[in-house]
This record gives sequence, structure tokens and C-alpha cells, in this order.
Amino acid sequence: METTTTNKQVISIKNLKKSFGDLHVLTDITLHLNKEENLVILGKSGTGKSVLIKCIARLLKADEGSINLLGEEVNDLKNEELEAIRKKIGFLFQSGALYDSMTVKENLEFPLRRIRKELNETEIEAKVKEALENVGLEDVLNKMPSELSGGMKKRISLARTIIVDPEIMLYDEPTTGLDPVTAEEISELINSIQKKYKTASIIITHDMECVRTVADRIIMLKEGSVYKEGSLKEFEDSTDPYIISFFKTKKQN
Amino acid sequence: MKQSIPINKIKSYAIDRSLKVSDSSIKQSSKFNLFLVNTANVFLFLGKVFKNTFSKNFEFKEFIKHCFQIGNKSFGLISVTGTIIGLVLTIQSRPVLLKFGAVNMLPNMVAISLIREMGPVITALICAGKIGSSMGAELGSMRVTEQIDALEVSSANPIKYLIVPRVLAATLMIPLLSIFAVSLGLLGSWLGTNIKGDLSFTLFITQAFSKVEFIDLIPAIIKTFFFGAVIGLVGCYKGYTAGRGTESVGIAANTAVVTASFLVILVDLIAVQITDLLL
Repeated sequence: METTTTNKQVISIKNLKKSFGDLHVLTDITLHLNKEENLVILGKSGTGKSVLIKCIARLLKADEGSINLLGEEVNDLKNEELEAIRKKIGFLFQSGALYDSMTVKENLEFPLRRIRKELNETEIEAKVKEALENVGLEDVLNKMPSELSGGMKKRISLARTIIVDPEIMLYDEPTTGLDPVTAEEISELINSIQKKYKTASIIITHDMECVRTVADRIIMLKEGSVYKEGSLKEFEDSTDPYIISFFKTKKQN
Repeated sequence: MKQSIPINKIKSYAIDRSLKVSDSSIKQSSKFNLFLVNTANVFLFLGKVFKNTFSKNFEFKEFIKHCFQIGNKSFGLISVTGTIIGLVLTIQSRPVLLKFGAVNMLPNMVAISLIREMGPVITALICAGKIGSSMGAELGSMRVTEQIDALEVSSANPIKYLIVPRVLAATLMIPLLSIFAVSLGLLGSWLGTNIKGDLSFTLFITQAFSKVEFIDLIPAIIKTFFFGAVIGLVGCYKGYTAGRGTESVGIAANTAVVTASFLVILVDLIAVQITDLLL
């Protein structure tokens, strides 16, 4: 099965299925991501949100269905083609995934030296500085990841992801495990990055404050398939008990 | 890596063909299937490592870094162990040789045992414990904390960046450490002979190497390259294919040591058989 992205769409997924042995994680996912859009994917833990974005970056290979990323069918790509398309996507991991044997500076330089080979040392230094300024952490350049707090790690990880100017950003639970203030700062950062670099983003989260800050459109997953799609307002006005259970925090306020 | 065939698939296959299959045989076949899948994964991994070893853009900096880590950081341990093995071997053998009036054969006997067997195998076993476990644990925790996934999305090939330099560094460093262990073993042996006797170092070395031929050295050196490759490959494979939980880091480190140690002994057995056939 083949899907194509329209001029407006950067990702188009059709009837995606993924199982691990007897466990059917994604049963049928069809969705798309538009240019310069923040799409939030919402759902309980274990509904396959992380598996979905890992399938998009082909860190996991889908069993069935089609994932069209910037006009290319992800499942059919050969290694070299996959490497080329991955240069256009940024992936913020839940754990941050900073290379703990490298300093912050080396962490930031690592993707630059591999993806933007045309840059010279001065340009690399300027890019590192700019990325750190974007996340508001200019003074940790020579620190090791183990010396940073959870929020700082997330910021550095975000800086490492945006340093190569990706067209699409995939955020895997960017605010999980952070205090409310830092979580809010990260959500604001996602918005400012989207505005500055005009990226299209998929944000996976179950932090409702983050959803309210960043979402242009929301897709809710339930039992491995799309349960509802709509704007934040549509979700907040919904009378569906399952959706209300997610959005009730605001109603209580 | 490939998934095993789920039990329900086997069941539905049997039902479709009106076959009577008991639950225990389904479990057995599922286990056998898992074994085959794992074996295939090992060979796929080896194939990828081999292919990436000879591809362009070799990670030279990483290779040097790991050579330093494997070589330099095992230096102290190998020195002490090598010396003690030489010393112990001498002290243990002396009374027996004395009974046969062959005590002047002592340096020669120790040299041959150290060069042919004790030096390479002891070094490899120590390295299997030290290097195998550290590779298993390091790569395992990189897998658990999604650092390997992060490498992949940064367009860095994890096999080329993480595995190939480690395997090559182990393959090169373990022979060097082994030669070093044998040298210090001989020094230990000389110290051992001087506890109850009086023998100059020059005479000791002359006696030690009087019966040692090239044919003793070459197979011993060649097998240490295989020991190194086995330790590197096992440590990297166990770490790289570790599961997702923190528990799997421990399992990866543990199975890396056990498997690498066992394979070192197995490679040694094969090497001895081949050498015996050829000579």
C-alpha cells in the first residue's frame, strides 16, 4: 500500500500496524502531519504512542501499512536512503539520550559533524553557541551529562536535535519526569523552536499542560488506533467520558 | 532484530490442517524457533560487523580510544597476573623436576607452557571478564537509555561507530597484552628459580628459549587474535542486543563474560587441534 504526501503534508500514515509477538501495539493508525504544525498525540501509557514515532523514524519497522515521510516511503528505504531522510528529522527521546561519555559540547557537535559535513570549525562553534542560546544554557559547554539536572538534560537534548535544522521534529514525552515549572519552559521552548525554524512537529505526551501550550491539532489513541482527532477546543468541549478523563484537570480548576 | 513466531500462529497453522499438537510440543517448537532466530541474529550481526569493518569512513579516533582503554587500562592487571603465573608455575614445578633430576629443564618447561598456553589463555580469560563485561554493560546501558537509537537518528551507523572500533581494538590489543603477560611471566619464573637456586637472568633466558621454536610462537600468537575478536564480538553483541529494562544491562554484562570465557576455551581447543594436525 502506498500513500503520498500532498504539498501541505510532510507525514502521511495509512493503516499502520505493529505487533511484538502476540502483543498488537498498533492495530490501525491513519494520520497525517501538515507543514509547520504541532500535532499532539495523546493516549494512555501502552497505547503505542512511542512505538508510532519510532516507526516513523524507522527505529522500529512497521509490520503493515504505509508511512510516507517527505515524499518517501519509509518502510521501503535502503540504508543509505534512510540515513539521508533521517538527516531531515529530529528526535527528542524520552530519556534525553545524551551520550554520557561525551561533554555537552561534543554531544552537540556529534550530529553536526555527521550531518552537516560542509561546516568548518568556526561554523560548528557558532552553531553550538546558537543552539545553546536557543535553549537558554550557554554556560554548560564543558560539563558532562551526569553533572546536569533532568531539565537541563532535556534542554541540551533539544539543542542537539535542533542543531541540524530538521524539517520535522518528533518529541517523545518531552515533559515527563520534570517539575511543572521546567515542564512549562520546555513546552514554551517547543513553541518557540516551531516558530523560529518553521518545523512540523509530532509531540507525544500525556502532560495536559504541555498539550494546552503546544497543540495545533490533537489525535487521541486508544488500543492502538486513532480514537479521536480534532482541535484543543473540540477535545475540551467533548462529552466523551474517555476524553473527559484526560481533560478533567482544567475543569476542576 | 526479528521476532519469534507467536504460539497462536503455530496453533492456528495446526488447526487449519487438522493436526493434533500438544501444548508442550508447541512450547518446544516455539523455543526451537527462538533458538533459530537467535542464531540467525548472531550471524546477521557478524555479517554487519564484517561489512562495516571494510567500508569507508572508518572511525579511527574511536578505534584509538578503545585501544587505549583496552590496552592501557588492563596493563596493571595483566602485569601482576602474568608475573604471578610465571612465579607460581616455577615454584610448583620445581619439586617434581627435582625428583627426576631435571631441574635444569625448569626455565624451558615454564617458557613453553607460558608461550603456548598459559599466557594467551590467562590473558584472554582476564580480558573476557574485564573487557567483555565493560562492553556488555556500556552498550547495554546505551541501548536502555536510547543512546543507540539517538545515534541512528543522527545518521551515525551504530555498528560502524560503536561495534567495529571496539572489536578491532580488542583483536589488536589482546595479542599485545598476551605477549606482555608472557614476558612478565618469564620474569616471574626467573624470580621463582632464584628463590631456591641461583641463576643469572641471561642464563635463564638462554635456557628458557633453547627449545622454543617459531612453531611454538606462531600458533600461540595467531590464536590470541581470535581470542580478542571473540571477546570483542561477544561483549558488543550482548550489549547491543540488550533488552529495554535496567535488568538487561546486568544480564548483558553477565552473559558477555560467561559466553566470551567459554568461547575462549573453545577457540583454544580448536586451535590446539589444528596446530596438532599441522605439526
